[in-house]
Order: sequence, then C-alpha cells, then structure tokens
Amino acid sequence: MRIDCKRIVKYGLAALLLALGTAAVAATATGPAPDFALKSDSGSNLRLSELRGEVVLINFWASWCGPCRQEMPVLSELHEQYRDMGFTVLGVNVEENSTDARKLLKSMPVSFPVLFDNDSTVSRQYDVVAMPSTVLVDRDGNVRYLHRGYNPGEEADYVEKVRSLIRE
Amino acid sequence: MAATRYSLTTLVLLSGMAGSQAGVLPEDRADAMYHSYDGGGVEISGPSLLVLKKVGQDVALNANYYVDSISSASIDVVTTASPYSEERTELSGGVDYLHGNSTLSLSYTSSDESDYEANTASMGVSMDMFGNMTTLSMGYSRGWDTVGVNGVAAFSEDTDRQNYRLGVSQVITKDLVLEVNYEGITDEGLLNNPYRQVRYVDAGDPRGYNYTDEQYPRTRTSSALAMRARHYLPWRAAVSGEYRFFTDTWGIDAHTFQLGYTHTFTGGWILDASLRHYRQGAADFYSDLLPFQDSQNFFGRDKELSTFTSNSLGVKLSYDFLKQGWQGIERGTLSLAWDSIWFDYDDFRDLRVVLPASQVGSEPLYSFNANVVQLYLSLYF
Amino acid sequence: MLRHTLPVMLCALLLSACSSVEPWVKPYERAHLADEIMQFERDPVSGAYITHVYQAREAARGAEGGHGGGCGCN
Repeated sequence: MRIDCKRIVKYGLAALLLALGTAAVAATATGPAPDFALKSDSGSNLRLSELRGEVVLINFWASWCGPCRQEMPVLSELHEQYRDMGFTVLGVNVEENSTDARKLLKSMPVSFPVLFDNDSTVSRQYDVVAMPSTVLVDRDGNVRYLHRGYNPGEEADYVEKVRSLIRE
Repeated sequence: MAATRYSLTTLVLLSGMAGSQAGVLPEDRADAMYHSYDGGGVEISGPSLLVLKKVGQDVALNANYYVDSISSASIDVVTTASPYSEERTELSGGVDYLHGNSTLSLSYTSSDESDYEANTASMGVSMDMFGNMTTLSMGYSRGWDTVGVNGVAAFSEDTDRQNYRLGVSQVITKDLVLEVNYEGITDEGLLNNPYRQVRYVDAGDPRGYNYTDEQYPRTRTSSALAMRARHYLPWRAAVSGEYRFFTDTWGIDAHTFQLGYTHTFTGGWILDASLRHYRQGAADFYSDLLPFQDSQNFFGRDKELSTFTSNSLGVKLSYDFLKQGWQGIERGTLSLAWDSIWFDYDDFRDLRVVLPASQVGSEPLYSFNANVVQLYLSLYF
Repeated sequence: MLRHTLPVMLCALLLSACSSVEPWVKPYERAHLADEIMQFERDPVSGAYITHVYQAREAARGAEGGHGGGCGCN
C-alpha cells in the first residue's frame, strides 16, 4: 500500500502557508464606543460615558488566559504613568463567574478599575473575538484602535497610540 | 538484547507539548518520574526527567532524560535463551518557536542500549486558525537505527524510519473538543529482532519442532487514523473517547478504543480513570508453528505481530501541593498512576508448557497481565 | 508539477475563504476549554511513557499525539 500522505503533508503545508494571511492583530476600528455600565471591583457601578473627556483603554481579559495575565501589570503601569494627563485603563473581566478573577486580582493587584461583565453583554457589544482584546477610545467617546491578542513587547504600540490620543 | 523495538517516545512527548496551544508557548515546567513495568516475566523501571523552559518571548527549550532498566525473563527469553539484564538510555532535546498563531518545533532524540542505537530528528508545525477554534498540525520525523547483536561485534544492520503526521483539532462547543490525527510510517532495513526465532514442525526433533531465524520483509508501511473527543462536565470534570484504526503492509489491522474520565475534588485533587481495549489481527507472515522449514518467504513468531487483544484499566491520582506557590514555583503536583493490562493471544502459544511431540501446536495460548506504575512530581514555574 | 499546483491553489483559496467564518465559541466563552482538565494529556512525560509501553508490545503505532482546544489566546 503506497501512502500519498508524504505528498499530502508536503503540499498541504505549502497550501497553508499560502493561505495564511496575517490575522489582523491591529486594526483600526471606527465609530462611537458603545456605552455600558458594569459593577466594578470597588463595589460601585461604573459607566463608560462618565469617562467622556478622557482617553480610555478598555482591556478585555480572563483569569484563564495566560497572555491576559502577562499584560495586566503592563497596563497597570501604563495607567499610573498617564493618569494625570487624562487617561485611564478599564479592565473588563469577561468571565461568567468572577471568583477566579477576584482571586487573581488579590494576588496580582492592579492600579486601574476592573469591571465584571458576567453576562457577556459588553463583550458582545464590542465584538470581542480574541483574548485579550484592547480597545482605545478617544476623548470624544469614539473607538480609535483595536488590538487583538498580546505578546510581550506589544505595549510599545499602546504607549504610542495613547500618547497621540492624549495630545489631541 | 533489544527487548523491544525502539519506539518513538519522544515524538509523542514533543508532539504533545508543542501543539497544545499553537499560538501560546507551553508553561515552564520540570517533571521527575519514576516508572515501573512488571508483567510477563519482564521488569522495566527507571526515571524520566523533563525540563521545559521559555527563553525570551518566542522560544521554549525542552530536554528529556529517560532510562529503562530491563530485567527480562519473558516468554521468548525463557523458551529460547536465558534471562538477561540491560539498560536503555534515551536523551532528547528540542526547541519550540512561536510566531503569531503558529509554533514550529524541532527536536532530536538519541536512544542507546548495548545492541540497539536509535536516532530521530523531528519537526512539526502547529497553527491556530479560524478564531483559534481550529488547530492544524503537521509533522515529519526521520530515524536512523543501528541494530546489533550482543556478543557478535561484526553484526550491524541499519533501519531507517520516516513518520508523517497530520492532525486537526476543532472546538465544537464551549465544552467540546474534537481531534482527528493521521500518521503514516515507513520503515526500511532490518525490521525483526535478531535474537528471535520461529519454529517449524520437525519430526526429527524430540520436541516435535525446531527453531530457525526469523525472516521479515525489509520494508513496512503503516497508516493510523485516530479520532478523539473530550467533553467538559459541569461539576468540573471531563469525559473523553477515542478510536484509532491501524493498518499496514504486513497485513496487520488493529483497532484501539479508549474511554477516559477526569474528576476534580476540592483541595486540588484530580482523579483520572481510563479503559482501553485493543485488538489486532496477525501479520501475513506471522506463524506460531510453520508446517515445515522455509514454508513461506517471510516468517516471524513475534507475539507483537500475532492475533491478540489487550485490555487495560487505569487510574491516576494527582495532588496540587503547592497551590500558593513557593519561591519561583507557581504550582506543584504529585501524581501516582497505575495501569493494569491484560494481554490475550489467539495464535501465540505458551511454550513453557512442554507437550509430547505428537501434540506440537496444541500448547495453551499465551496470556499475561502487566502492571504499570508511574510516580511523578511536576513543578510549574 | 502542474498536477499538484491546482489542488494546492484550491486549498489556498478555500482556506482564505474560510477565514471569514465567525468563531461560534466566543473567546469569553472559553473558560472550560482553557481548563487544564480539558487537555487530552496534561502531563507529557506520563503520556509519552504509556504510549511507549503500548507501542513496544503492540503492532499498531502512530496517531497518538494531540493539540488544540485551550484558551485560544492570541
């Protein structure tokens, strides 16, 4: 019995490499950022429109997502650094059950407010298709930038975009 | 004695690790295992050590050290030779490179024992696609073996191996994953155990039979296709099922069925239970007793190529003893696994039972039970 | 050579068309899939060893490995 799997694998690999367009890691999304109100880790509710006038970085994360956990301290630093210039980071935890998220925040506290999207309403509003997902909203409440996923070093991209939005 | 044909342990090891999440490198870890096999007169035990460490953002290195200390008084050994002891050492090293949604893996393995040397080079690619719902994997391995015979310095034969792997993993629902894997393997060279012998009816011998060396084809091509699924259960448990079909150019067809259940208990305990049923048909040239010498072009009496079934029951218990972490260690688990395997042969006979020459070929069919124990420590960094 | 080029191009087309399929399990629904108990083999050292135990005693070999599922991050 001859196997053609040799050929299948060889040409399959070639086909895939051809088809592999770069998955959009960074995309420019436009339009007004959908408004939402969620319970925050401080206990009170937080509404996105209350932050109109500030540049907002919304980060969708989950406790079970490795790259999300890697990204959090980086975002925490970013929040502290540009806070006084009218910038804030908003963490949105997408888990149905917040227990694991709260446990993580206890062991790894962050400087920015964390909201709990237990019903996934906001995740759907923002069409979250990758974990983590980062959305940058300008002072007028418009979505200006969307970043999918996270690899260490990509925060340089955030810094650049945040600084340009702050200067507007 | 090469008690068993060298099998590509590391291949499984590395293909399992590299592709677990194509777009994310695996967690840093170190595992130290003690393994023990006892069955059919054979005792094999030893360590298996693994280290997996990220270097920088995109690269992970892995290394494995494995030893089999063999003490063999198997049925083949006691009927045709004498019990022996041996040691096989296997070393392997590999690298995973992450780029976007893909992981490229390379590895090299070297296995050494007094009469068998095996070297394998392997590469694999794993890609996440369609919103990370689908993972496609492909792999290729090349092996170069040298077969020797203890005490016969001049004996040296080569065997070359090639493996082609293709796999797709698909997320079906938020609780269900399905995987299909294909692997084609070709072997070329000396494919039989040089010590093993085949028997044929011989009226001139008091036993009623005599022995001669095995004669195997010098090539073998096989295909295996497996499908498995794993489903999450609401009480933090999981159930899985697997079926694999195997066929090769030696006329062997085999079916493997596996069922597994994983249960978690509060306090960091995980219990895994499994059932496995395996059945195979004999190779075309397999024969427990040839009617006369040279009655076929190829002949072999390796029970591994006979018609048989194996049924296994397995249990594993793991305990997370370092939930809060310690120094640089994030998590640590201690695991104990026990598998019991029953082999029942349909056309391989137990020659320890000596019958009068007239009843040659009516010896009872052979069967045995083996117990496999694994004790290991896993540290995650 | 042309014999193989056509299927390869078709594969490429098909795959690029498929990339517009929306994932029906959203990333925020992947908590269970990311759980370590949903991996077919949590401990590669153990999996490799047991596979070796069987491969050394049975004629069948291959197609034991596995990948995928998981958190789908990045």
